Amino acid sequence: MDASMFRAWIQEAARLVVDNADHLTRLDSAVGDADHGINMRRGLQAAVAMLDETDPSTPGAVLATVGRALISKTGGASGPLYGTGFRQAAGALGEDPDVSAAQLGEALAAALTGIQRIGAALEGDKTMIDALSPAVTAYQAVIDTGGDLTNATRAASDAAVRGLKQTAGMQARKGRASYLGARTIGHEDPGAASTVLILSALATVTAASGRRSERPGTGAAS
Amino acid sequence: MKKLINSPDEVLADALVGVAAAHPSLTVNMSDRYIARAGGPTAGKVGLVSGGGSGHEPLHGGFVGYGMLDAACPGEVFTSPVPDQILAATRAVDGGSGVLHIVKNYTGDVLNFQMAAELATDEGVRVEGVVVNDDVAVENSTWTAGRRGTGATVFMEKIVGAAAELGADLASAAAWGREVNDRSRSFGVALTPCTVPASGKPGFELGEDEIELGVGIHGEPGRARGRLVSAREIVGIALDAIHTDMPLSGEVLVMVNGLGGTPLIELYVVYAAVAEWLAGHGVWITRNLVGNYITSLDMAGCTITVCRLTPQLTYLWDAPVETPALRWGR
Repeated sequence: MDASMFRAWIQEAARLVVDNADHLTRLDSAVGDADHGINMRRGLQAAVAMLDETDPSTPGAVLATVGRALISKTGGASGPLYGTGFRQAAGALGEDPDVSAAQLGEALAAALTGIQRIGAALEGDKTMIDALSPAVTAYQAVIDTGGDLTNATRAASDAAVRGLKQTAGMQARKGRASYLGARTIGHEDPGAASTVLILSALATVTAASGRRSERPGTGAAS
Repeated sequence: MKKLINSPDEVLADALVGVAAAHPSLTVNMSDRYIARAGGPTAGKVGLVSGGGSGHEPLHGGFVGYGMLDAACPGEVFTSPVPDQILAATRAVDGGSGVLHIVKNYTGDVLNFQMAAELATDEGVRVEGVVVNDDVAVENSTWTAGRRGTGATVFMEKIVGAAAELGADLASAAAWGREVNDRSRSFGVALTPCTVPASGKPGFELGEDEIELGVGIHGEPGRARGRLVSAREIVGIALDAIHTDMPLSGEVLVMVNGLGGTPLIELYVVYAAVAEWLAGHGVWITRNLVGNYITSLDMAGCTITVCRLTPQLTYLWDAPVETPALRWGR
């Protein structure tokens, strides 16, 4: 996977977030202050614009740029949380121009650790961690059993969706939703929902690049 | 949605242009999005920076000026400011004695201010932060994000502002802030939801005869839904909650604050009930504010904030202040 694939990931994530901005905002209006879709749209659009402007040449540099853009444009709690996640992932990828599926797994794990460090949330608190953490586990399990990148990102995306669904039964213990206490039960967490979109974008672009690489004459999937 | 705006995406930018035009005592940095005193930093004085989502006007921009804040960072509507903004404001008000961040306890505000403080520290600016968390409606446990910051923010900005003007150093300015926070409690009631311009729809549904008890200032639902009762009964619920959490006695500063959609006549009805309740409990209001100070867009309702005064706090409260929304003694 080179920089162009990571860029395609972020473009796809931005497209999904723009398409689903109203849905994210509706989820947030049930438990928070009704701005998650608006903020994520602003942040990811800024990230895409910054990638177009600076054209970073390595996967790590792409993710570092995205992290900076999210921190400086998103606002709310999602800016620092997602921004830190992307920057930690960038750090894990280093300066390699091409990264392997195993390296991407390490990057996802680093993102999870970074977000947990500043957000201090655990699984079950009804946050983005409830989607991201099972996704990282699923990705790793596929890679460890010899699966390829396409299967690993699909497994991660599916696990995130299951995690999101489970947040509906949880009572929020972090963020502004926590003030509502038991009244949050029955609603899916907006942060977990945006995490699903980002991971589903990753699965989409890796599947597309996997199909391309199966054509004769092209290189193997990285 | 019926609002006096040009476009939902331009509300903040257009409002900041208006703020700059209306108040020559303020300077508005449109690219970094902060409001500061026009005169620049005061040499030797601790700089005071606060901020948070927009939609709470006059908080915080309306409290920038002599005796109160040096700068305010308005985020998008109900969305915390970003670290770049806070860093730019922090740099701009550092008069060499460091900068105090006054932060309301919301996860987004706390995280963004923390990141900005780290960046400023890297640049050699001394920064401390004080968190406001006065809302008794929120159970303060390890299982929540902790209590919200609401009305006590106004008290803290005024009292710490006076202390800084009198020459308090960074550590003692922060200590005054913590003292105000420790001695202040708030409770809010919403009669209607509010409408964020970018979403165009009310944040929640509320029946004609229903109220939300224990709301914050972001249009989020409260801790419980109740039946609409008399102002006197609502005040009883609010002050009982405050008094249970922090027994009230002696002299107090009281703020009856409108959330943006409630006429002053109703706030005075509420104030009368507050004064009656407190007098009945042997508590004396020696200072007060009645009006719209920390609003929630067009939400109808009010918050009640009580601060147990000491002679020093009263002295700092009375000290001169000259800002767009609060001015006396100068």
